[in-house]
Amino acid sequence: MLLILLLVPLFAAVILAFVGDRKFAPEINIIGSAATFVAGAGLALQVFEQGPMLAGKNFFFVDAFNVYLAVLTSFVSMTTAIFSRRYMRREREHGRIGHIRIRFYHAMFQLFIFAMLLCLLTNNIGVLWIAMELATLSTVLLVSLYRTPTAIEAAWKYFILCGVGISQALFGTVLLYFAAEKVLGEGGEALLWTNLNKVSGSLEPTVLSLAFVFLMVGYGTKVGLVPLHNWLPDAHSEGPTPISAVLSGLLLNVALYALVRCKVLVDGSTGTHHAGNIMMGFGLLSILVAAFSLLRQKDIKRMFSYSSIEHMGIATFAFGLGGPIATFGALLHMLVHSLAKSAIFFTVGHASQMHRTQDMDKIMGLFKGNPLVGWGLMFGVMAIVGMPPFGVFTSEFLILTATIKDAPWLTPFLLLGLGVAFAALFRRVQPMVSGDVPPHQKPMKAAHVPVILHMALVLMLGIYMPGFLNNWFHTAVELLK
Amino acid sequence: MKLYTFVTEFLQLIILIGIAPAFTGWVRMLKCWSQGRTSAGLFQPYRDLDKLFSKDVLLADNATWIFRFTPYLVFGTAVLAGGIIPMLTVDLPIAYAADVIVLVALFAIARFFTALAGMDMGTAFGGMGSSREMTIASLAEPAMLMAIFTVSLASKSTSLSQMVHVIYSGQYVFRPSIAFALIAFILIALAETGRIPVDNPATHLELTMIHEAMILEYSGRHLALIEWAGMMKLFLFVMLGIAVFAPWGIASSGDFIPILSAFFFMLLKLGIIGIGLVLIETGLAKMRIFRMTEFLGSAFLLATLGMLSFFILE
Amino acid sequence: MDINIASQITSFLAALVLLTAFAMLAQRRMYGLVNLFAWQGLFLSINTAIVGFVAGKHHLYISSVLTLSLKVILLPYILHVLIRRLKVHKEVEMVVNIPMTMLIGIALVIFSYHLTAPVMELSTLVTRSTLAVALATVMIGLLMMITRRHAVTQIIGFLAMENGLFFAATSATYGMPLVVELGVALDILIAAFIFGIFFFHINTTFDSLDVDQMARLKEED
Repeated sequence: MLLILLLVPLFAAVILAFVGDRKFAPEINIIGSAATFVAGAGLALQVFEQGPMLAGKNFFFVDAFNVYLAVLTSFVSMTTAIFSRRYMRREREHGRIGHIRIRFYHAMFQLFIFAMLLCLLTNNIGVLWIAMELATLSTVLLVSLYRTPTAIEAAWKYFILCGVGISQALFGTVLLYFAAEKVLGEGGEALLWTNLNKVSGSLEPTVLSLAFVFLMVGYGTKVGLVPLHNWLPDAHSEGPTPISAVLSGLLLNVALYALVRCKVLVDGSTGTHHAGNIMMGFGLLSILVAAFSLLRQKDIKRMFSYSSIEHMGIATFAFGLGGPIATFGALLHMLVHSLAKSAIFFTVGHASQMHRTQDMDKIMGLFKGNPLVGWGLMFGVMAIVGMPPFGVFTSEFLILTATIKDAPWLTPFLLLGLGVAFAALFRRVQPMVSGDVPPHQKPMKAAHVPVILHMALVLMLGIYMPGFLNNWFHTAVELLK
Repeated sequence: MKLYTFVTEFLQLIILIGIAPAFTGWVRMLKCWSQGRTSAGLFQPYRDLDKLFSKDVLLADNATWIFRFTPYLVFGTAVLAGGIIPMLTVDLPIAYAADVIVLVALFAIARFFTALAGMDMGTAFGGMGSSREMTIASLAEPAMLMAIFTVSLASKSTSLSQMVHVIYSGQYVFRPSIAFALIAFILIALAETGRIPVDNPATHLELTMIHEAMILEYSGRHLALIEWAGMMKLFLFVMLGIAVFAPWGIASSGDFIPILSAFFFMLLKLGIIGIGLVLIETGLAKMRIFRMTEFLGSAFLLATLGMLSFFILE
Repeated sequence: MDINIASQITSFLAALVLLTAFAMLAQRRMYGLVNLFAWQGLFLSINTAIVGFVAGKHHLYISSVLTLSLKVILLPYILHVLIRRLKVHKEVEMVVNIPMTMLIGIALVIFSYHLTAPVMELSTLVTRSTLAVALATVMIGLLMMITRRHAVTQIIGFLAMENGLFFAATSATYGMPLVVELGVALDILIAAFIFGIFFFHINTTFDSLDVDQMARLKEED
């Protein structure tokens, strides 16, 4: 099942590369993503019944931590594929992209999904790095899809900064292998996460502390943590909206996943809270800087990318804090943030298509113009700022509780960040959704299903947590302790 | 035995004073050949010196004692430096009293007085040459010291004789630090001896000359002494390079036969280095003076890298 | 081969790699830069082969051949073609002047030495002393990307960083497992195609490969 999950997107990428810009290409894209999701769900079922497992000569493995992220990834990629069918059709009508680029877009989209899944499911931390780089490379040209000067600039920044960042992570991986080789002997076995985790107590602490600094900088760049975040708002705002949605909703999660995996090893070796403290520092800084940057934004997609930085900061902070409540909160936060944020990007995409601009001052009257888009955006923002009864409220509440308990002196900063972000987002969204329909707004048919589905899930997670998810989170918390 | 070392010391000075013009002649000869010209022969520098010695000295009215004193001082320091560098044998009496830092200081004294003498007359060219010379010196000297320190780190001594000893007994074949120091040394030596690409010894073109501008006012035996000292400086730098980086052949005792063979080895190495120098000079164009900081900066960089790689790699 | 001599040879090659890294910092001409990059790759490749021979690690031969074909032949060739097609021959504009960059470079070498000193003490390999050089090469590549404002130079800096990483893997652990090495090589290859496409995009959109022109995306007040 695991291998199927990986093969489907790869296969779909090849098919789509050949199909090109036929009429049914978006449908194939949807079918491919849906098949991926089915495989993901199947894998989840298997893990639910049998517990953690290894596959492909220990090359892949699934446990409670990565299975939910894999399902999430396949789910969001499916809904994004559905959304992108209508969105991209509209973009073509506007003449922003042509045949070749559509072919390219579809193939690369699937390749990107494959890279992320490989990243999540591989057991080998070297391959983890490779997959992460592949995920970057496959999206670089998607960000510059429109070929406008700003899009190319954003993609170049993305390429260069992430390339530099990820190189640091490779150096960290080399150091990790250096320490592992002493204990586990040479060869590929020494890079398997499961093996490393077993012997993490006997790995050399000085080397691992050093390695973590490099890994933190490396994967932290991809998570978009301040001060390594420069590429993120540009890349997320200049690319096509479906890509913004998966970048914000999925790729950041995957990078954070890689970082947390490494942190577990480092903690096991050093026995101190050294790695956690670094993560808390980066996390808190990201929350504060992103919250205040939110106030200054004019571009709608840019604003929500800063919101992504803020939320990744929260999750990083919570993982750094450690402890069962905070870790549980962080896991939940990754889930609900990615659902809510991609839903927001769907509505934002439609809103900016309707107004032919991403400038927030020119977007207005969404409630009247297109109720689904208007209310979707409104509810999405309510969810993302952490209003009850949405799931983000639950996770942020858990994290806040844990902070008050474990690191009370940081609570005011955290609250300040959350408060500023709340105010900033509401101040901006209010005028966009209310008011009369402006003359330059063009009506359009929006993709209903993805938005409604995502918002429903976020709402549900706020009210009721399914048993299996609860179980997984608890197992994952045990694992990450 | 004690007397014997003084004899070798004396021999060495004779060789320095006697052969230095021949080496310059050799370089000029090769250069002529490489450019397809007929050369004036190996001994042309001797004839030039002879001619200058037989001419009268022309002194300006406002020339002070510095102007008259400088040629003798420059010549004297060059001879003294020749006593420190092991050319034929490492068993030199003065070498025990003075190490490589003294050597650098000797060159610095000569340069200082040349620069003063250049300004003494108050002519525009002299002042310009002096300022340029000092600019280059301020960049070249730290680099020179750095390169030499790198080598002395490896041999754990700043005495040249000791360095040669260590390299003789050395178990190292590939030493990155020494290799870096060697490249740095070559760059510095080109700058210090005023060769292309830093300075052109054959030019009297106003805008480009550096060393020649300082000594433009000299004539007669003063000029002869300075020219001779210049030839000796080139010779000394070659000898210094040989002693530090390729000492094979230098006699480690004061016996007659090894010294004789050391002499032939020296001639051989001089011949080869002359060819190398000509290749550099014909292959490169003279640099703009503003590029000099980069040129000598990279020499300093290389020397520093050599020192770092001594700590890191060895 | 005698282990002592092997260690001296690897040290010497490490010194050459460092030297090429610095030479790249100082180099102004594009073709010169590409050639230096190729030289660096060549030294790395030889070093890898020697380490493989001394340590008896045969997968290092594959890495060595991979480096040779990718970083000495293919990538420089692609860069040459791109430079010729895009008619890039002007001297590279620098943010910081060369001597300053050099001094920063030296500081970076010392910093790398300091950083890797604890790791070196733990290692027993022949190549352990070269780890500091490897990290320094990575840092210098980074420095080059920061101080140069030309797209092609930035890419060369990026590739030089990758060289340093490869070197680090060889010197710290006799190379990563083969799967990882191959994967990294694949990633570099894809990256090469992407930047190739990029150069054309940037060139057609901005009429130049000067990165300074790409400064439209800023925080607006």
